[in-house]
Amino acid sequence: MMKPKELLLAPIFKNNPIALQILGICSALAVTSSLRVTLVMCVALTLVTAFSNLFVSMVRNHIPNNIRIIVQMTIIASLVIVVDQVLKAYLYEISKQLSVFVGLIVTNCIVMGRAEAFAMKHPPLPSFLDGIGNGLGYSAILIGLATIRELFGSGTLLGYEVLRLASNGGWYVPNGMLLLPPSAFFLIGLFIWVIRTYHKEQVETVEYPMAPNTQDLSAERAPATH
Amino acid sequence: MGLRRTLDRLEPHFLKGGKWHGWYPLYEAIDTILYRPASVTKTTAHVRDGIDLKRIMITVWLCTFPAMFYGMYNIGFQANTIMAEMGLTAVEGWRGAVLGGMAGYDPDRIWDCLWHGAAYFVPIYAVVFVVGSFWEVLFAIKRGHEVNEGFFVTSVLFALICPPDLPLWQAALGISFGVVIGKEVFGGTGKNFLNPALAGRAFLFFAYPADLSGDAVWTVVDGYTGATALAVAAQEGLPTLQSQLTWLDAFFGNMHGSIGETSTLAILLGGVVLLVTGIASWRIVFGVMAGMVVTSLLLNLIGSETNPMFAMPWYWHLVLGGFAFGMIFMATDPVSAAMTEVGKLWFGALIGFMVVVIRVLNPAFPEGMMLSILFANLFAPLIDHAVMRANIKRRLARG
Repeated sequence: MMKPKELLLAPIFKNNPIALQILGICSALAVTSSLRVTLVMCVALTLVTAFSNLFVSMVRNHIPNNIRIIVQMTIIASLVIVVDQVLKAYLYEISKQLSVFVGLIVTNCIVMGRAEAFAMKHPPLPSFLDGIGNGLGYSAILIGLATIRELFGSGTLLGYEVLRLASNGGWYVPNGMLLLPPSAFFLIGLFIWVIRTYHKEQVETVEYPMAPNTQDLSAERAPATH
Repeated sequence: MGLRRTLDRLEPHFLKGGKWHGWYPLYEAIDTILYRPASVTKTTAHVRDGIDLKRIMITVWLCTFPAMFYGMYNIGFQANTIMAEMGLTAVEGWRGAVLGGMAGYDPDRIWDCLWHGAAYFVPIYAVVFVVGSFWEVLFAIKRGHEVNEGFFVTSVLFALICPPDLPLWQAALGISFGVVIGKEVFGGTGKNFLNPALAGRAFLFFAYPADLSGDAVWTVVDGYTGATALAVAAQEGLPTLQSQLTWLDAFFGNMHGSIGETSTLAILLGGVVLLVTGIASWRIVFGVMAGMVVTSLLLNLIGSETNPMFAMPWYWHLVLGGFAFGMIFMATDPVSAAMTEVGKLWFGALIGFMVVVIRVLNPAFPEGMMLSILFANLFAPLIDHAVMRANIKRRLARG
């Protein structure tokens, strides 16, 4: 059994749902062009993952195996509806910007993945912590993405002007590429690069090994043979 | 030779166990630029030609010279013409100070135009070269591979497809993206699936669309605006364009545009050398040309009452925008193109087809050469796969 601290913190870098499991990419591309929207999305996803893990784990011994996905979906969908209604009631503007992506938490691979892979096999409390942990891992990547994209894409953070734009008499020319969803692909790729530089165990073994590079050319060459 | 002796004296420090071992790629690069490498093939070799990567790259680099020098002249010529019309007599800033001592601003004097253009091209090329080499050397040292001459080509091609008034920091950003994301993250030269110069240019295109979309002309004179030839053709039709610009003007390159792309003639001069030496595959060039001609003839036949681009004949597609430059220098990049001989024809045809489709049918982009080459780059492995499967099938059927 994993320790609670490990359950909470491992998914942030060691087993990140986006950077290592490559789950939940769709919303990572779609909602990260502004930090405020991203933060709401992160909270929503973390709560849904945590509570769906908790409830699935509570009923895990009563679910017939061949309809387990349907039961999980029902639990997740109910939670998402609650989140969606709360957002509509209290944060209407942001809920409009998040539009379909709150609803799509139902199909978010992280939520389903954790319910199926973890909550079905573990007691409620560790499952709940695992949900929080994976939500935090998702949030870590999304907040990083949104910070870079909003700061360099429109010169603001949380809507406050940080880099004064050239069009407002400042010096910063915004990078329009960062406001387009594909830029998140490049950024996620760079994040994965950084994480794997520190956690080398995440690097997959090469499928087709290449012939050795000229790394040791300097060693093979006899000195001064000109 | 004193230089050779100096290099030989320094060499042991860079070999294994030497104090600067980590910097070996940099030493190797400098040494092999100056002298022929001493390493020779030790096993039985089948020599067909002494050509190597180094000579290929230098040839391509030299082949860009007609387009490069014509491009410089043309920037200056266009700028000086506009300045004469607007009544300006001098350029402000450091360029004015440099030019003031060298040349005047007479559009009829080749010398004046060449210097004026050089004042814009040389800084862009210098920045691209320095920033790009920095990334190239950094990755070579970290990864332990050699610094590759391919960068000479990438940097000159990237500089030639930039607009002349590009801010230098954008040039630096674009080439950084092209070299790092377009090439090095996939393992360096020979392992990139996109053309690095085009990847960098595409980054700029999407990052700063207001400056780089290609519907307004790029000129170095402040305060002058106008529509590019392709934008005029798309909005007002070919007759309006022909009243402003004759086909021969467009062929010789007497128009605004990115630095190296304006003169189809100068590009073809370099292209002939590339094709004769076999460095650029004639199959790709033929495929691009054929795809473009067939697609545009087809659209001419279909016709359209609302979109004047349908009526544009193929010989106008050839001389406008980046078509010729892309066909000769970008599509023929041996790494990112298809590898099989039949595949090269299909690869070229896909580019020719896509460029006409984007130019004619897509109202958002006036020019489509860059995007269609990148698109075809992505399809190159698939095309090769299909060609190989077909070949295996045919040979199996033969029994």
